[in-house]
Amino acid sequence: MDVLQYIFSNWSLIVSRTGQHIAIVGVALVLAILTGVPIGIAISQNKRLAAVVLYVASIILTIPSIALFGIMIPVLSPIGQGIGYVPAVIAVLLYSQLPIIRNTHAAITNLDPALREAARGMGLTRLQRLREVELPIAAPVIMIGIRMAVVMNIGVTAIAAYIGAGGLGDFIARGISQTDPRQLITGALAVSVLAVAADIGLLAVQRLLTSPGLRV
Amino acid sequence: MAEDIVAAAGLRNIWRNALYLMIFMLGAWAWGSGLLPSLFDHWDDIRYLGRQHIELVAISGGLAIVVGVLTGILLTRPRFYRYGEWAIQILNIGATIPTLAVLALSMSVLGIGDTPAIFALFIASLLPIVANTIAGIRAVPPHLLEAARGMGLSSNQILWQVELPNAAFVIYAGIRTALAINVGTAPLAFLIGGGGLGELIFAGISLNEFDTMLAGAIPTALLAVLVDFLMGQVQFWTVPRGVNPLR
Amino acid sequence: MIRLEQVSKTFPGTTVPAVDHVTLEIPEGEICVLLGPSGCGKTTTMKMVNRLIEPSSGQIFIDGKNTAESDPVQLRRSIGYVIQQIGLFPNKTVEDNICLMPDVLGWERAKSRARAAELLDMVAMDPATFLKRYPKELSGGQQQRIGVLRAIAADPPVLLMDEPFGAIDPINREIIQDEFLKMQARIKKTIMFVSHDIDEAVKMADRIAIFNHGRLIQYDTPDKILAQPATNFVSDFVGGDRTLKRLQLLTVKDAMMPDPPRVCAEDTLAKAVALMEENGHRSIVMVGPRGKARGYVELAEARGIKGTVGENHEPLPTTVTPDENLRTAVSTMFRHDRTWLACVDSDGIFKGYVTLRGITHLLSEINRDG
Repeated sequence: MDVLQYIFSNWSLIVSRTGQHIAIVGVALVLAILTGVPIGIAISQNKRLAAVVLYVASIILTIPSIALFGIMIPVLSPIGQGIGYVPAVIAVLLYSQLPIIRNTHAAITNLDPALREAARGMGLTRLQRLREVELPIAAPVIMIGIRMAVVMNIGVTAIAAYIGAGGLGDFIARGISQTDPRQLITGALAVSVLAVAADIGLLAVQRLLTSPGLRV
Repeated sequence: MAEDIVAAAGLRNIWRNALYLMIFMLGAWAWGSGLLPSLFDHWDDIRYLGRQHIELVAISGGLAIVVGVLTGILLTRPRFYRYGEWAIQILNIGATIPTLAVLALSMSVLGIGDTPAIFALFIASLLPIVANTIAGIRAVPPHLLEAARGMGLSSNQILWQVELPNAAFVIYAGIRTALAINVGTAPLAFLIGGGGLGELIFAGISLNEFDTMLAGAIPTALLAVLVDFLMGQVQFWTVPRGVNPLR
Repeated sequence: MIRLEQVSKTFPGTTVPAVDHVTLEIPEGEICVLLGPSGCGKTTTMKMVNRLIEPSSGQIFIDGKNTAESDPVQLRRSIGYVIQQIGLFPNKTVEDNICLMPDVLGWERAKSRARAAELLDMVAMDPATFLKRYPKELSGGQQQRIGVLRAIAADPPVLLMDEPFGAIDPINREIIQDEFLKMQARIKKTIMFVSHDIDEAVKMADRIAIFNHGRLIQYDTPDKILAQPATNFVSDFVGGDRTLKRLQLLTVKDAMMPDPPRVCAEDTLAKAVALMEENGHRSIVMVGPRGKARGYVELAEARGIKGTVGENHEPLPTTVTPDENLRTAVSTMFRHDRTWLACVDSDGIFKGYVTLRGITHLLSEINRDG
């Protein structure tokens, strides 16, 4: 009951922190798509390069987020951005690379060779093939990667509260330090709801991006 | 996961040398800037907290593997098979819940200390293991099961000789993901009184002491990479060659 | 021996029986092919034998023992089982796949491994090369062979085969079928074999059971099925060329006129003409001193000419052996534009003639007798 009361009386705070949270994940994600998808396409031409890029991306992903935030403090301090919004965005951007690159790469390399052959045989140029055949067929798979990245990074952003990036993690951080279950549960619920909602919302987008002919 | 190993092989050539060079230069820079010597000042802390950290991971991860695989097997037995579908649905939703939220909820129920920390880590790692065990066993081709049944294998023999070996790769992938989540979340255990290397990281951040913070962050990152590497090796060498896409 | 008595199966939620009062008996050591279009109940019938599907009514006996009375797992261990998708366990090597049942049955390890090597030898796969391979390292045909070997590894008296060669390309299928028949001649299992391919059935079966809509329509030897289809369905199913198919089942020996008159090189043409006229033949074979077929003389050519057979004979364009099937023989006749062929054994000794007319006669005779 305390929790409900807390939620109602702090509604605007919840909304504004949700906004901060989304701003971090959203901006980082747009950047991640703008980098990850082209990288994924580029490396699908070269097996060795693909192996190395994916390996590096997977190592980045294994580094615990709080450790990554920590390591970024001394690196970014010289430009005055050791804590706060910038390192949070960079971390999300880095973590999003593996799911996005891997899925783009997998979708493009797993494309039925007969389709590619057919497209080439019809005389489409490399770019036309990418736009007309490869990307539309790969889109749902890339979207799965983006979804994974978003869900994961909503969690990472919550932790970014500890480096002063704001967001819903603030409720949890304060709840822990003040041993206040109301803030604790509010934060946990809010961030979970956001993650689940993002997952469902992006699933809808993914379905939308799947050509009717590819739907199962 | 498949690509990682292939990559490791590719890395062996030119990239490995480049990597050595980078590590060397990073080390030289760290030493020159006085960072590394100051890290050594924290050696005792690192050892003590590192042990705690590894204990957290080992206990919660070990429990999650045992419970997760058993639950997954149970949910694919004919008796419970129909629950498998919605178990996967629930697990999928569960997996979207951020680990910090899991920790917070665990703390609000169990209070502060080792137990809530281990419990939260256990829950966070449990989901992918159960989900992959169910998915892996369900993906065993039905004709293999028909052949096994038609030959007169008992359900126990089918589980051990057919289902588990053929699902092993997927189950291992789940365990690997689970341990990555576990190791990644373990530093946060400090927040709810579970100790571990997180103590150095958070103390370093709030006191604005880079060396303290790095004394926690670097071993944590190394541990994460190491655990993932070891899991990859275990997966590579213990999954039978006939069903191991990497061999 | 396998015996089905009034066996029916109606699946839950349906009213039409998938298998409807089927009664049939497979004698020991014979191959019975269950044949029919998809959905005709043949596979269901087979799976009731090892109780992968439980019959709704009726009884099945193996060697006189009611299968309903034994434990399904124990029952299946006494029955070899081969399926179309092969179902080799990809996590096990060829050796471990073959030895699976012997291991489960607690055979001594050395014995079961020796058995695996022996079985591989039987299908001409080198044990040293293949024992340690995994299924994915084998071709489709090799996998199928291992599937069969696995089924007979523990030496079960009965074998169930569900379209075992269905997924193999036509050329390899022929080879594997031949190989399997050779193996069967040695191991003499009682086999129930499901197929939808009439040619395969004709080739493999001692008896064919034709199914349609869950009913056993006709159960007979391949030749009877081809010669006297019981219903329109059967004759449609076996195809318009059923008479040609029958040729495969018959050998040259069946249509051969044995020990016909013959001449030697020293005989005069007059004698040859006399012999031909006496027997109503239009040609006669010339043999050597030990009875080897050397050539022939035609009545139309020899009449009124003087001299010996040796001076006037023509060489035989080709010969057949008595064990060849008639389809090959007829094909040979067409290829060489002949209406008869000389039959010789493997040493070249002249055994008799086979004529196109004789073959037609044979086919119609069986039609009439049947």
